[in-house]
Amino acid sequence: MNELMDYIQKYLSSDQTPGGAGNIFWATVYILLVFGGLSVAVIAMNWLERKILAHMQVRLGPMRVGPHGLLQPIADAIKLLLKEDIIPAEADKVIFWIAPFIVVLAAFTVFVVVPFGPTHAITDMNIGILFMLGVSSLSVLGIVTAGWASNSHYPLIGALRSSAQMVSYEVAMGLAVVSAIMMTSLETGTGTLSMIGIVRAQEAQGIWFVFKFFPLGLIAFGMFAIAMVAETNRAPFDLPEAESELTAGFHTEYSGFRWSLFFLAEYSAMIAVSSIAVTLWLGGWLRPFPSVHGPSIAIPHIWPPADPSAPTGALDFVFALCPGISFLLLGAMCFYNVQRMPKHPLFRVQTMGLAGFGAVLALIGLIMFVPAVRDRVEDIFWFSAKVAGFMYLYIWYRGTFPRYRFDQLMKVGWKVLLPTGLALLICTAVWAMHVEVWYAVVVPLWQWLVSLL
Amino acid sequence: MTDPNTLSPLDLETPDKTFLDANELVINMGPQHPATHGVLRVILRLDGEKVLGLECVIGYLHRGVEKIGENRTYTMFNPYVDRMDYVAAVSNGLGYCETVEKLLNVEAPPRAQYIRVILTELNRMASHQLWLGTHALDIGAITPLFYTFRDREEILKIFEKYCGARLTTHAFRIGGLQYEAYDGFEKEVKNFVNFVKPKIDEYEELLTTNRIWLERTKGVGVISGKDCIALGVTGPVLRASGVKWDIRKALPYANYKEFDFEIPVGQNGDTYDRYIVRMAEFRQSLRIIEQAVERIPAGPIMAKVPKVMKPPVGEVYHSIEAPKGELGYFIVSDGSTQPYRVRVRPPSFVNLQALDVMCRGQLVADVIAVIGTLDIVLGEVDR
Repeated sequence: MNELMDYIQKYLSSDQTPGGAGNIFWATVYILLVFGGLSVAVIAMNWLERKILAHMQVRLGPMRVGPHGLLQPIADAIKLLLKEDIIPAEADKVIFWIAPFIVVLAAFTVFVVVPFGPTHAITDMNIGILFMLGVSSLSVLGIVTAGWASNSHYPLIGALRSSAQMVSYEVAMGLAVVSAIMMTSLETGTGTLSMIGIVRAQEAQGIWFVFKFFPLGLIAFGMFAIAMVAETNRAPFDLPEAESELTAGFHTEYSGFRWSLFFLAEYSAMIAVSSIAVTLWLGGWLRPFPSVHGPSIAIPHIWPPADPSAPTGALDFVFALCPGISFLLLGAMCFYNVQRMPKHPLFRVQTMGLAGFGAVLALIGLIMFVPAVRDRVEDIFWFSAKVAGFMYLYIWYRGTFPRYRFDQLMKVGWKVLLPTGLALLICTAVWAMHVEVWYAVVVPLWQWLVSLL
Repeated sequence: MTDPNTLSPLDLETPDKTFLDANELVINMGPQHPATHGVLRVILRLDGEKVLGLECVIGYLHRGVEKIGENRTYTMFNPYVDRMDYVAAVSNGLGYCETVEKLLNVEAPPRAQYIRVILTELNRMASHQLWLGTHALDIGAITPLFYTFRDREEILKIFEKYCGARLTTHAFRIGGLQYEAYDGFEKEVKNFVNFVKPKIDEYEELLTTNRIWLERTKGVGVISGKDCIALGVTGPVLRASGVKWDIRKALPYANYKEFDFEIPVGQNGDTYDRYIVRMAEFRQSLRIIEQAVERIPAGPIMAKVPKVMKPPVGEVYHSIEAPKGELGYFIVSDGSTQPYRVRVRPPSFVNLQALDVMCRGQLVADVIAVIGTLDIVLGEVDR
């Protein structure tokens, strides 16, 4: 018994990921946490997308099920589970059955290496980023099989479009990723493909890679940000499911729970690629301005943190309070809306529900001020906040942009992003390896080009 | 550009030559398809994503409006015409009333004429707003739809206050109007004009210079002015191809010659030009409404029309510039209380003919854009 307790507790004091420490128990716990958290995130994302999009489009969005439609995703989920499961008579039943699972599997497996914090990842692979890109591109297999097995015209066209699109944008994506990986080798001399190693490199260099080698890092980040939208089949690159042309693309023939698996996969894939972008360019779990600490301060029992190696600056303290403050703000927003609710007996349950939701959020916020919790969740908070920013961008794109046509999409991928990526790679390499060559050749060349205009 | 005169009809009967040569795909789009604007069915022959040809199958919304006209008196038939182009019901009513007035040789009094013009131009804007929203939606921009519907609501409110109906208004009567303009009508119309002006800029901000919008609409569904005339295409589609033809100017009806406005014309005849022309028409409509509302005269709203209408034996053709193009009515009278024959020349039906010409060689996604840009209403195509 004691051995078991030791086994469990030994990990808590280590500074490694459970996978890295070889601790099966904690790895399982982390897998369950990531799976549960991801499902909650998808549900929240479903609600947020509908609400944010609605407010962009001068309407209210879901308002009926629960206060401000908060329970709408749950109602939707129940509806989908209760729906009749239809497999078309002409469909290839086995493949039709397998396809959604391939997609979901690919979308969830990538989270094995996503680093929510220096120790908060299921495992740390030395080929982390390759693993992510590789596994996430497996989902194309599921989409093609779904389109093929449906044995129908629209899904087939949707699947073909989708596979062509994902394959061609992976090239641009890969080039952008390589330029970021080059930057990891700068100070330490050894580059790394490990997701945690990449963030550690940014920590060591004291800068997010998006600002490194300005503007090269920014261009690489922009390229990735475009490619990842195409990779996840979202607006303005949502051709595979272009509803005005192909009704619903590759999942036209799917219904009920199978359809919801595609939905789940789409949103978790969005979160996955956003995590890659955050890890590579936006400093992963690092807080903003990671190299600025401010004067060292000490408040009894509260600051500095228990870990002796942690920084003790005033700015560190302020940023450490951010998770609690943001949850308190969310709670306050709920209470503000409680006060705005119509004062009618019919709305009593909804008002109380909203107040309860706000109280839960505020309670979470308060718990996050406890030093022991605060020091453990700060990494996760910053990582999630950055990913949430990307999620908002996705919704914003969808509210603003028309849809690209297929040939234009290919043109953007192969004729714009690919050459840019290659040039970027060369520029990054030259700057990283031989700064003097950069200043002697590339900068004058650029100035000469500009003077021509 | 395919010459519509030599266009070979689409061969949909012969199956693909051999199994190995089966790279051509015949796809059925509609009649239940989110982007065919109702119940239009389009049979597409595709080579990959390229359109080799298409054929429209219509009639799913056929209600026999023209035949009904033969069994109703002239007054009774008036509300039926609203159900053809239900998006621009006021224009339909205006066309029918003016045609019968021409047959009866009466003229609506000036006050009625002014109110007719105001309501018709408001309806033109409502129709264009619906077009813009759905067209942008088809191309993937979902937001303009909600903006246009928010503003279209204000127009419908004015209609509702005026005659009690929002969509199928039956606003006009043969010989003038049934209802006097309600109290504060002028003020509400003026308020609406001031309200909607910045909103039109808002739509334009979302789309006019949007890179993706430009790429999706420029050079898509091109049709030359010559082909437009050969196919009988009218309205904004014709004007976007560079032909300056607007019946409000060319053969003025109602009292349009009293107003100062321009005919917006495009050059390239592509989807983008049609978009620009319609956006300009918004502003011209506002100009007409502003002038009309300033100058509404006092006076009667109904001309002297017999209770039982028995027009003299004869036939008449009268056309107006509906939002979608030339809307014409051809009525044959045999001297009885019911028309001997009513024939409608609906702009949507005639414009839809151009779909094949405009889509050949384009991609599937462009077919959607072109159906949207033609601005068809299936109620009017099928009648």
